[in-house]
Amino acid sequence: MRIKEKLYKWIFTILAFASLVFLTGIVIVLFKEALPIFKKVKFLEFVMGRFWYPTYQPPEFGILPLILASFWVSFGAMLVCVPLGVGSALYLNELAGYRQKAVLKPLVEILASIPSIVYGFFGMVVLSPFLQKVFHLPTGLCAFTASLTLGIMATPTVCSIAEDALSYVPRSFREASFAVGANRWQTLTRVVIPAAGSGISTAIILGMSRAIGETMTVLMVAGGAAVIPKSFFEPLRPMTSAIAAEMGEAPMGGDHFHALFAIALVLFLITFIFNIIAELISRRFRLKLGFSG
Amino acid sequence: MKKNIVQKIGFSFLFLCILVTILFLFAIIYFLGVNGVKVLSWGFFTQSPRDAMTAGGVAPVILGTVYLTLGAVLFALPLGLACAIYLCEYSPKGYIVNIIRISINNLAGVPSVVFGLFGLAIFVKLFGFGVSILSGSLTLGILALPLIISSAQEALTAVPHSLREASLALGATKWQTIKRVVLPAALPGILTGVILSIGRVAGETAPILFTAATFYLKGYPKSVFSEVMALPYHIYALMTEGSHPAQQTAIAYGCSLILLILVLLISGVAIIMRQKQRSQFYG
Repeated sequence: MRIKEKLYKWIFTILAFASLVFLTGIVIVLFKEALPIFKKVKFLEFVMGRFWYPTYQPPEFGILPLILASFWVSFGAMLVCVPLGVGSALYLNELAGYRQKAVLKPLVEILASIPSIVYGFFGMVVLSPFLQKVFHLPTGLCAFTASLTLGIMATPTVCSIAEDALSYVPRSFREASFAVGANRWQTLTRVVIPAAGSGISTAIILGMSRAIGETMTVLMVAGGAAVIPKSFFEPLRPMTSAIAAEMGEAPMGGDHFHALFAIALVLFLITFIFNIIAELISRRFRLKLGFSG
Repeated sequence: MKKNIVQKIGFSFLFLCILVTILFLFAIIYFLGVNGVKVLSWGFFTQSPRDAMTAGGVAPVILGTVYLTLGAVLFALPLGLACAIYLCEYSPKGYIVNIIRISINNLAGVPSVVFGLFGLAIFVKLFGFGVSILSGSLTLGILALPLIISSAQEALTAVPHSLREASLALGATKWQTIKRVVLPAALPGILTGVILSIGRVAGETAPILFTAATFYLKGYPKSVFSEVMALPYHIYALMTEGSHPAQQTAIAYGCSLILLILVLLISGVAIIMRQKQRSQFYG
């Protein structure tokens, strides 16, 4: 009996480390497959290089345009999803009545569950022709359309995390504010939002992280030109879409193949840093409001 | 009175935010619905693609998505459940739990295309599974793991302590308590997590790009080592490859609508199940 109990405990303990094993596995694979390219191109030249011509003779492996494109498109997406997401969260948590919330919240959750390929397809066949017509663009497949599509996609993520943060703000904070004569809007902007501030920043950072790592949408909508971004209305090639679009053609084990893994490594590190920052902020936030971390 | 006007403007702005958000949901449903429904027919669900992807149905494509999703859940569910049981029932508090928790959070934040590369390097190349259902399922399973763990954890923590104490007081061991008391009570919550992860996995494209998916397969996949057609990849391929954009776009609309309906059904069921469960233990 006792042996059986111990056995089960050990099985669960070992299996519990699966996530750690996979995460470490991912890091090892990325480093191992990326290293060969750094024997040919220095890491700094790789990251700061202005030209990405992996199939030319001789090839050029500079991913600065790809990195900037990722940030550029995600920044645009933030302009859409931060107001929409945080605004929706505020509405759901502070203003919506019980019945309104029962309808609206599931709708936002459904928006979150739509696959990225469907967003990409929607962006490609509906948004892009529409925006091209409205703004008289040379092509509808550009950073602007990609940002808009990504922004809609990240809105539910931002909304649900921000809403969690808002729900942590104790009732007593609000009551204290009402008691000194503030109305609901003043309470919201001067008490609730500052109190939930770091929770809301967590939401924004995670939304950004999601936008940078998003693949199919930008692959289908961003247009695909590997140039350093100058405006919102030109085609771009973010890191994720370079990997997804070129991996199929890159000969296995060649320089291009390893360079794509190196891009994935850079991408992984960027999202990893974002996630760690979000984790740190949210832990401090919970401590500040008196919840144990 | 000025502050009340400011309040009115502010509140209207917040309402506008959620309105626009919901509007996009309906726009997506509307455009895919109106255009997709034209190609949906009995044949679309039962036939194979014909004439260089310009006619016929998508039966093998749907079946491929079912295989990949089932495989992923079969792999991720036992692993995720075990992890959740450890974290909720066994774990001594401390740094081990913290390390596990942090790695789950970070695994959840890894971009999906990176999972694809991992699957390519490990399952396709190192283990020699090739581009196959097996490689794709395992890759998708790893992606679904954090989701399954966190919903199973939520389900387990929702089980009141009094149930465990009652069982232990009757002389049951820890494992007997988990098996006969905690797990049955948490089962609906765990199922909700499984359903949610099915919705997530079925729509993922980037992880199967290099590990499982192919644009055209003659007939149906024969074993777990076959390449496979899958709905999300099929949409992408229809839009970017081939030489008949008009017909292909029509079929892509159909595929997108099927995927959308699938995901809407799944998340609808999950949302209803969760609302029922939240009230389960507390009247």
